[in-house]
Amino acid sequence: MRPIPSTKTVCSARTVSSARLAHRESTATAERIVAGMARRRLRHGIALGVFGVLIVAGFVISLMFGHSFYPFSDVLKVIMGQDVPQAGFTVGVLRLPRASLAILAGFSFGLAGVAFQTMLRNPLASPDIIGISAGAAAAAVFGIVFLSLKAAAVSMFAIVAGLLVALIVYLLSYRGGVAGTRLILIGIGVAAMLDSFTAYCLSQAAEWNLQDAMRWMTGSLNGANWGETGMVLISLILFGSLLLSQSRRLLITQLGDDAASALGVAVGRTRLIVTLSAVGLISFATAATGPVAFVAFLSGPIAARVVGSGRSLLLPSAFIGALLVLVADFFGQFILGTRYPVGVITGVLGAPFLLYLIIKANRVGGSL
Amino acid sequence: MGAFVLHPQQYRWAWLLISVGVLGICAAASVLIGSRDVGLADAFAALGGSLEGFDQGVIAKRIPRTLLALSAGAALSISGVVMQGVTRNPLADPGILGVNMGASLAVVVGIAYFGLTLAAHYVWLAIAGAALTAVFVYAIGSLGSGGATPLKLALAGTATSAALVSFITAVVLPRNDIADNVRSWQIGGVGGATFESLIQVGPLLLAGLVICLLSARKLNTLALGDEVATGLGERVAITRAFASLGAVVLCGASTAVCGPIGFVGLVVPHACRLLVGLDHRWLLPLSGIVGAVLLTVADILGRIIARPAELDVAIVTAFIGAPVFISIVRRQRSRAL
Repeated sequence: MRPIPSTKTVCSARTVSSARLAHRESTATAERIVAGMARRRLRHGIALGVFGVLIVAGFVISLMFGHSFYPFSDVLKVIMGQDVPQAGFTVGVLRLPRASLAILAGFSFGLAGVAFQTMLRNPLASPDIIGISAGAAAAAVFGIVFLSLKAAAVSMFAIVAGLLVALIVYLLSYRGGVAGTRLILIGIGVAAMLDSFTAYCLSQAAEWNLQDAMRWMTGSLNGANWGETGMVLISLILFGSLLLSQSRRLLITQLGDDAASALGVAVGRTRLIVTLSAVGLISFATAATGPVAFVAFLSGPIAARVVGSGRSLLLPSAFIGALLVLVADFFGQFILGTRYPVGVITGVLGAPFLLYLIIKANRVGGSL
Repeated sequence: MGAFVLHPQQYRWAWLLISVGVLGICAAASVLIGSRDVGLADAFAALGGSLEGFDQGVIAKRIPRTLLALSAGAALSISGVVMQGVTRNPLADPGILGVNMGASLAVVVGIAYFGLTLAAHYVWLAIAGAALTAVFVYAIGSLGSGGATPLKLALAGTATSAALVSFITAVVLPRNDIADNVRSWQIGGVGGATFESLIQVGPLLLAGLVICLLSARKLNTLALGDEVATGLGERVAITRAFASLGAVVLCGASTAVCGPIGFVGLVVPHACRLLVGLDHRWLLPLSGIVGAVLLTVADILGRIIARPAELDVAIVTAFIGAPVFISIVRRQRSRAL
């Protein structure tokens, strides 16, 4: 009879100790996880704060500097609505709408780009690579050249076209499920066609000048006015908040459809809302500035490198987008001697980054 | 359809003859159709060298244009066949791989910084630019496991194209003096053709054509895969380099005279493979003829659609070619991409 209790005691002692160990380990893990979350939250917060400060600084600088310099006090007075000789026109009419449009459009591009990249789990699946920006731009040009539409109608036209292109690319790449690679390649094909349609519309325009053409081919902030800026602001409030309301669900869908459904996320609905709002953002911004090259594509991956993984990239990416457009436009306007449209600058920056991503993905051997 | 594709041998001569016939009709149509209607009598008089009156002058302008469309179409589609053969990749095309844009950037740099104005001079730059871009894109596209898959190559080409377009804009924008010159070259397509520019690039096009036709048999061996080709005594690397040289010369030279034109080199080889099968000795000549037909038809369409203005031929080829590109992508199994 003796061995049994002894085994029992040994056994229970072992269980207790292993349970204790497991408990200690799990608390350690839990602590680590909590610490990691706190650290990431902190990093996220700090990054957003720094980006915010940078955007404000960039905004003020682009209002003060240019071909003529106005002191901060003058700029402030203009913003407050007071009448200042000279500065009233240069800052109030030329620079203020331009800088505001740069920030708002950049914000829209960054948000929409990262929404697509997250949803399709592929950095290459950004709206400017899979043809949605090209569709919005083609529709905007068509509306302006052939139908003589004004800002609001052009935006509506662009969003309808953007949604249509998204649907067409999706349907064309559907073959018993959508493979990411097929979607991207088909998007590239559709974009090529839409770009040539844009070129056709431009060639039919009565007054065809290089600056207008540049706007619709690479994106430019030339001739920014409050009408266009207002449309982008409205879309940002409407679609931006809709998209941000899905940010947690969007993060969870990255775990895969099954896991996300198990965690209580209506995957289909989330995807529909995200697509709708992202296409809305892209289309309105594109109708105002043209398809500013690569901002939607660049913002997400840059944000991911700065903020790290595990938290929603929507806001950081939006801030990066705004910063990119603002800085690239200022750079293109005043630093290089010649006035370059913003899209040329972002194109020169963005294409090498795209190549770098491809090279890196190829090296690792992972699928793109 | 299956039997038709499996045993195309009997029909090869028929297809070749038919395509030559169509080529003749298209060439005639290209001379006769345009934004100005010209009577047959005037057309024949102009073909005979007479230059009386406005109508005959119009025809005299259309002849070099037609010749350029024919030779550029042939050059681009033959270079497409060779690129598809060398990379063993169904999506290879001078436009998609960015090679045309590389040639364009080189031409623009030549016009802007070296003051070149003659096609005979910048055609060399165009070929060098095309060669550099081809090597660059292929190197990036073939990194990593799996070699140069269609997706990797197409993406590397697209990214490179986008970068090159930005650089072209960056070179042209500050130079108002050359902007018009460059724009008329870039957008003019085949419209600005003259006999002088044709004569200047003609020998190079011919050289490229000869190189490509000489490598037909070698391309057939390459199609069996590198290991089998090596086993059959083929020096794979040299074969690739030789054939690519021909392709690059062809697309560089044609870009130098008509600007970047995409998708011709993609569409034509795929269509011709359906007609005569995979043998490059037949595929190359037939693609040349069909490519000439395609570009001429695209040019005629561009003249009809936008009457009285004209539409750049590259816009028309993108409209014809992009759907073909999409259907090829759809046919691939996703693992093969």
